[in-house]
Amino acid sequence: MVRFFLRRLAGLLIVMALVATMVFFLTRLAPGDPAALMLGDQATVEDIAKLRATYGLDKPLLVQFGLWVKEILSGNLGQSIFLQRPVTQALGERAEPTFFLALFSVSIAALIGIPAGIASAVWRGRWLDQALSGLAMVAANIPSFWLGLIFIQLFAVKLGWFPVAGYGDPGAPFLVRLQHLVLPASVLGIVNSALITRFTRASMLDILSEDFIRTARSKGLAERVVIWRHAFGNALIPVITVVGLTAALLVGGAIVTETVFGLPGIGNLVVSAVLRRDYPVIQGALIVVAAVYVLINLAVDLIYALADPRVRAG
Amino acid sequence: MDAVTMSPSNPVRLFLKRLFRRKLVLMATIVLGVIVLAALLAPWVAPFKPDAMRMARRLKPPSDVNWLGTDEFGRDILSRMIFGGRASLGIGAAVVMLSMSVGTLFGLLAGYVKGLDALIMRLADAMMALPDILLAIFLVAILGPSAGNVVLALSIVYAPRVVRVVRASTLVVSELPFVEAARALGVSTFRILRVHVLLNVASPILVQATFIFAYAVLAEAGLSFLGAGVPPEVPTWGTMIASGQQYADDAFWVVLFPGLAIVLAALSLQLIGDGLRDMLDPKLRKAL
Repeated sequence: MVRFFLRRLAGLLIVMALVATMVFFLTRLAPGDPAALMLGDQATVEDIAKLRATYGLDKPLLVQFGLWVKEILSGNLGQSIFLQRPVTQALGERAEPTFFLALFSVSIAALIGIPAGIASAVWRGRWLDQALSGLAMVAANIPSFWLGLIFIQLFAVKLGWFPVAGYGDPGAPFLVRLQHLVLPASVLGIVNSALITRFTRASMLDILSEDFIRTARSKGLAERVVIWRHAFGNALIPVITVVGLTAALLVGGAIVTETVFGLPGIGNLVVSAVLRRDYPVIQGALIVVAAVYVLINLAVDLIYALADPRVRAG
Repeated sequence: MDAVTMSPSNPVRLFLKRLFRRKLVLMATIVLGVIVLAALLAPWVAPFKPDAMRMARRLKPPSDVNWLGTDEFGRDILSRMIFGGRASLGIGAAVVMLSMSVGTLFGLLAGYVKGLDALIMRLADAMMALPDILLAIFLVAILGPSAGNVVLALSIVYAPRVVRVVRASTLVVSELPFVEAARALGVSTFRILRVHVLLNVASPILVQATFIFAYAVLAEAGLSFLGAGVPPEVPTWGTMIASGQQYADDAFWVVLFPGLAIVLAALSLQLIGDGLRDMLDPKLRKAL
C-alpha cells in the first residue's frame, strides 16, 4: 500500500511539474507586454522598463521560469495586475462559492445518477432502462449555460422560488447562500448525472453477471437481497472514481455556470481575468485547479485501492 | 444504381445496414443530416438574410412570418440559426480533423515507440488535469478570440483524449502476430504504423471522432457565450444565446431555440457515436 501510494505521488508531482511548465511558457507566448498592460495607455517607455525590471521581466526566460517556480513552491502565486492583491488572496476569496457549488452539484449528480444507474441495470432492456438511459443521454448533451438560463427564467423569474443570480449579501447567513446555489447546483447536477448513471449501470451489469451473484441466486436468496447486499456494494467501488473525478472537474469546470448565475467563484474570476488579460491570475487559477484535480484523483485512487486489493497489485 | 452498389456484400452498405439496425441511430443520423444540409445550403434555405435588421419587428414571438421569432434587432432567429450552424458545425468539424490527426500521430508513437510512451502520456495527463473549458479559455486568451483560434484551442484540449484511445489500441494491435511478422521482415516502423497499425485502430478513432465533434459543438457554444470565442457579430448558436440572454425575460425564444439546436446536434452525434461503438466493439455489444 505504501509503495502504491509513493508511486502515485511521484506521478502526481511529474504531472504538476508539467502543468506548471506548460502554463508558464504558454502564457509567455501571449501577445502584449504584461508591464505595458499593467500601466495602461498613458505609460511611458521608461515607466514600462522600470516595471519590467521590478517584476524581473527583463531577465532571460529560463531564469524567470526558475524564479517563478521558486515562488510557487513557497506558496506565492504572484500579484494580480488588476485586483491590486496577491493571486492567492484573490483565489482564496473566491474559493467558497466554488467549493460549495462543486460539493452540492456532485451530491445532486450522485443522488440522481446512482439510483438511475441501478434501476437501469436491474430492469435492463425494459422501458425504464430505455427511458433512464435516454434521459441521461439528453442530459449529457445540454449546454449547462443554456439550461441555467432556462432554469433562471422558470424558477427565478416566473415562479420566484429562487434568487436570479449572485451569492447573497457579503454577510449573508449560510442558508441564504445555499438558496443561491440551488439552481446552479441543480443545473450542474443534472448535466453531470449522465456519466454517473451510465457508469453505475455498466458497473452493476458487470457485477450482476459474476459467479457469486449466480451462487447467491441459486441459494434461493430474494432478488432484493442479491441486489442490495451482494451486488450494490461491489458495483459502487468503480462508481466512487467517477463521482470523485466529477467533483474534481467541477472545481474549475463550472466556469460557464458560475458566469450565468453571477456566482463570485473561481470560474468567474478566471473569466474576468481572461477578458482583462490578467495573466498572473489565470496562471495561478490553472495551477490551483490542476493541483486540486490531481489531489482528488490521488484520494480517489487510494480509496479505490483500500476497497479493492487487486488495484494495489496492478 | 448499378448492381455493385446494390449487392448486400458491398461493405459500405453492410456497414450502414448494421449501424441503422438501431432505430435511434437512424433517427439521429437523419436529424444531423438535416442540420448539416441546412447549414451547407443556408443562403438557399434560410427564409431571411441572417443580418437583415427590422427594428419594427424586434423581439417578436414565433409567427407565420418568423417561425422561431425575432431577436433584439428584429433579425429572423431561424435564419440566424441556419447560418449559425455553419460556424458551430464548421468549427466542430475542424476540431475533429485537427485533434484526430495530431492525437492519432502521438497516440501511435506512444503506443509503438517505447521510448516516447512515458513522455507523451505524462504530457497528456498534465493537459487532462485541467477541465476542458478552463484549458480552452486559457488558450483562447493567449491566441486571441477568432474562429481559427477556437479551433486550435479546442483541438489542443481534445487531442490528449485521442492520444489515450489510440495508444491503448496501438498497444494491443502491435502485439499481434502480423505486426510481429512485418517487423521480422524488416518493414520500416513508419510503414508498420501506417499500414498495419493505423488501419486496425481506425474503429476506435472513428468512434472518438463523433464524441469529440459533440464535445466541440458544446464547448464552442460555451466559449462564445463567455465572450472568449468567436467574435459576437458572427452568428453561432453560442453567440446567439449570449447576445439574447439579456432579453430572455420578455422573449425566451431568443435563447430557447439556438440552445435546442446545440442539444439536437450534440445528441445526434453522441447517439451515432454510441451506435458505432456498439457495432464495432463486440465486448460492449454484449453488455448493452
